[in-house]
Amino acid sequence: MAKSGRIKTIQSALERGKVSCTEITRQYLDAIHRNDHLNAYISLTAETALETAVAVDAKLARGEPLSALEGVPFSLKDNISTAGLETSCASEMLSGYKPSYDAFVWEILRSANAPLLGKANMDEFAMGSTCETSRVGGAKNPYNTEYVPGGSSGGSAGAVAANIAAYSIGSDTGGSIRQPASFCGLVGIKPTYGAVSRRGLIAYASSLDQIGVLAQSADDCAEVFRKIAVHDALDMTSLPFPESAEDAESSGTVRIGVAEEFFDGASSGVSNAVRDIIRTMEQITGSSVSAVNFPLLKYALPVYYIIACAEASSNLGRYDGIRYGRPADAYDDIDDAISRVRSAGFGAEVQRRIMLGTYTLSSGFFDAYYVKARELKQIMTYKFVNETLSGVDFLITPAAPTTAPKFGEQMSPVEMYLTDICTVTANLTGLPAISVPCGFDSNGMPVGVQIIGKKFSDFKLLELAAKIERATDRAFLAPLNGVNGMGVSL
Amino acid sequence: MSKYEVVIGLETHIELLTQSKLFCGCSAKFGGPPNTNVCPVCLGHPGVMPALNRKAAEFTVIAGLALGCKIAPLSYMDRKHYFYPDLPKAFQTSQFHHPICVGGGVTLSDGRVMRLNHIHLEEDAGKLLHERGKTLVDYNRGGVPLMEIVGEPDLRSAADAAEYLEILQGIMRTVGVSDCRMQEGSMRCDVNISLRLPGAEYGIRAEIKNLNSFVSVRQAIEYETERQSDILDAGGEVKQETRGFDAGTGETYSRRGKENSDDYRYFPEPDIIPVRITPATIARLSAQIPELPRARAARYTESFGLSEKDAALLSKYRKVAEYFDAAVAESSTGNGKSAANLMLSQMFAKISTEAEREEWSPPISAGRFGELIALADSGKINGSAAKRVLNAMWDSGKSAAEVVSELGLDGPAVDVESLCGAAIAANPSAAADFKAGKSKALQAIIGYVMKASRGKAPADEVHSVLIRLLSE
Repeated sequence: MAKSGRIKTIQSALERGKVSCTEITRQYLDAIHRNDHLNAYISLTAETALETAVAVDAKLARGEPLSALEGVPFSLKDNISTAGLETSCASEMLSGYKPSYDAFVWEILRSANAPLLGKANMDEFAMGSTCETSRVGGAKNPYNTEYVPGGSSGGSAGAVAANIAAYSIGSDTGGSIRQPASFCGLVGIKPTYGAVSRRGLIAYASSLDQIGVLAQSADDCAEVFRKIAVHDALDMTSLPFPESAEDAESSGTVRIGVAEEFFDGASSGVSNAVRDIIRTMEQITGSSVSAVNFPLLKYALPVYYIIACAEASSNLGRYDGIRYGRPADAYDDIDDAISRVRSAGFGAEVQRRIMLGTYTLSSGFFDAYYVKARELKQIMTYKFVNETLSGVDFLITPAAPTTAPKFGEQMSPVEMYLTDICTVTANLTGLPAISVPCGFDSNGMPVGVQIIGKKFSDFKLLELAAKIERATDRAFLAPLNGVNGMGVSL
Repeated sequence: MSKYEVVIGLETHIELLTQSKLFCGCSAKFGGPPNTNVCPVCLGHPGVMPALNRKAAEFTVIAGLALGCKIAPLSYMDRKHYFYPDLPKAFQTSQFHHPICVGGGVTLSDGRVMRLNHIHLEEDAGKLLHERGKTLVDYNRGGVPLMEIVGEPDLRSAADAAEYLEILQGIMRTVGVSDCRMQEGSMRCDVNISLRLPGAEYGIRAEIKNLNSFVSVRQAIEYETERQSDILDAGGEVKQETRGFDAGTGETYSRRGKENSDDYRYFPEPDIIPVRITPATIARLSAQIPELPRARAARYTESFGLSEKDAALLSKYRKVAEYFDAAVAESSTGNGKSAANLMLSQMFAKISTEAEREEWSPPISAGRFGELIALADSGKINGSAAKRVLNAMWDSGKSAAEVVSELGLDGPAVDVESLCGAAIAANPSAAADFKAGKSKALQAIIGYVMKASRGKAPADEVHSVLIRLLSE
């Protein structure tokens, strides 16, 4: 059981009989309705949640102890397949689509009796950094609803920040968990590639996609991660988590590296908060801090966008109007029918990335773009692991160059892509990375610090995140204004 | 005879005999009501992950080893993209950049080696059914493991192509990786064909897609040879294009030109880890490969003195060859000649279709057939009696010994020497004719001997004894 945090609070309230699981699930569902304006959910699964709650209550009535996550209401990002429950990837193309099977991660949580409240809003097919490309419009940032919650797991972040989900399962392809976690003052982990099965995660970019957790505390995050980091024989890229990696009680000094390249485009608010936390860690946790460098960072975004778009163009080919999407009413031939469906069913950002990817995979361009990008990905991974991280345990960077922007702030696609600069390296290298709240900017919007670790150091990252929380006493976690979530009534 | 040399290369698609499909647990069996052997994975539902069927990779290695290919220690799956209703993911998982098997060859009966470029593993697509103006899709076949054997342009005639395919079929069936049934689509091929003047550079080729019978392959090549030579004779240029074949008319027709050719946008499949084949695996799989038809046929001609044609026929079907080998071993004489004769003349007449021969389940076990061979080889019954006995065994299920005694073919051994002497004495004019050089006259005396022995005298021995006596 978690050491502290919402999961522990809820489970001990349930076990002490202070509240039933059905009651707490209803309270969460009510809170979701009270906070409709946050647009954090695409669809609700109240029936499923309450059925689970009844099962939990029956178990409590028999006096049985709760297992991990049992009875704790949560949400799933809308790109994680739930049999019989709409899974739309926030896209018109999959509007109304009910999968015939459960994602591996949902299988685990369903059989753990975790009540699923609903499917969280997101950028369409996880492509975006603000949640604004969703077919139902963007989710709002609970800290200030004029601001975006980040993306693509924006609905997940908004829901957890407002406590209209105890935690949420998201996906991170280039920062889609860590960046919204930082915008909403949460802990968000993108685990080691392969640590959590991708089976049932509707693919954006297969070699970069990773399922992870957004939670209000590092302990909550660790509790959920421990539960879902299970090897899946049916996902060939799933890796058995080495047992030794779990005994992560960090002993002695932690060696921290700071690479200036990651601060280059950062706003002063972000930069100051992150440098402050590094000093705090040095003083309070006894970490040693040294300057390292990663000169290849300048290639990270082009490499990321070439690979991600290429894989997206392939993964999204199946949405051709024959089985998904609204079929075209009139068409000349099959190619025309397919292009009409795809033009109507996909939003602008998704179409842009499909076209970019189709272009870079075309004969004549493949070697110049895709092959080069793959080579660079390998070189970057090698250099990052063997040079940048060689003398340190962790690299500390901002989670994003800025705090959350306001809705409607005009950004060109390239300007938007540039905001992923801090996060994509962890995806390209497959390494685990976590975003932890470390302060606020002058507008009162949260700032996140990112910690990138070595392969399978996920539990060490979570341990360090917990240390940061303790060091900062979470004093900066100001109560949310204008949001009436679950509060502290437990 | 045309002045042009025909240059042909085949791409042969062979479905593998695995229990399940390439990336999921669905049955890979042929047939079944439409869309009954399907699941989210082979239907390409959003979010599904492929789990590679190890057996399919092993079968490809076995095929490669049997064809003398180099086995890549590390090979990768690629995605081949195109939009079509039979392809639910809009890409076919295949191999392009790094296939499992490289090189190798098929040796024709005249000793020429038809080189292979490579063999790769891929999944089959679904099947479109056109009914009453609508197009329906059956995905039962979608995701079935398929091996593509890509040959170099070394074939020079329709006959070469047919022989190449027959040899491939025999090898694949012998090693047990495919049933290679063209009528069920488990073996299909694309023909690349061009013409050139002998010694000249390769000409421009046309590719004829999806041929599913030996007859179609031959007809398509013949039609295409004529079409292309007409163009060249008229001073024209053959267009590089993909062509279809109409089995009804025996003609090929243009499907799409090079300018409209698909860009498949191949790239490495990110959901499947590289296929690693260790030397230990190769050793283990090599040990599973039985004697191949060509080696078997050579053994039959060498050890038993069979004709090349007979040896090839017996070794073409693995089960036939195994039955033959077992019967010969059982016969204790170790002589294959009479066993081969009885099988090819009698059993093959009864078991006449390709499919039946492939399955080879005669009502006489190899052991019992061996007993019959032993009787024939020891001279206890002659050739024609052996045929009678075999037919009776076939119908009654009795043993050779039982049948022999029922037919009264047993009893004291025949004294061939004295029977022959008596026969010569009883047919003086035939004997005189033979001595005068009319070799046909011998038949009458042989007939007399056979009649006198009630068919029990061994024909070979009678023949040689008569000749000896008559030339004394």
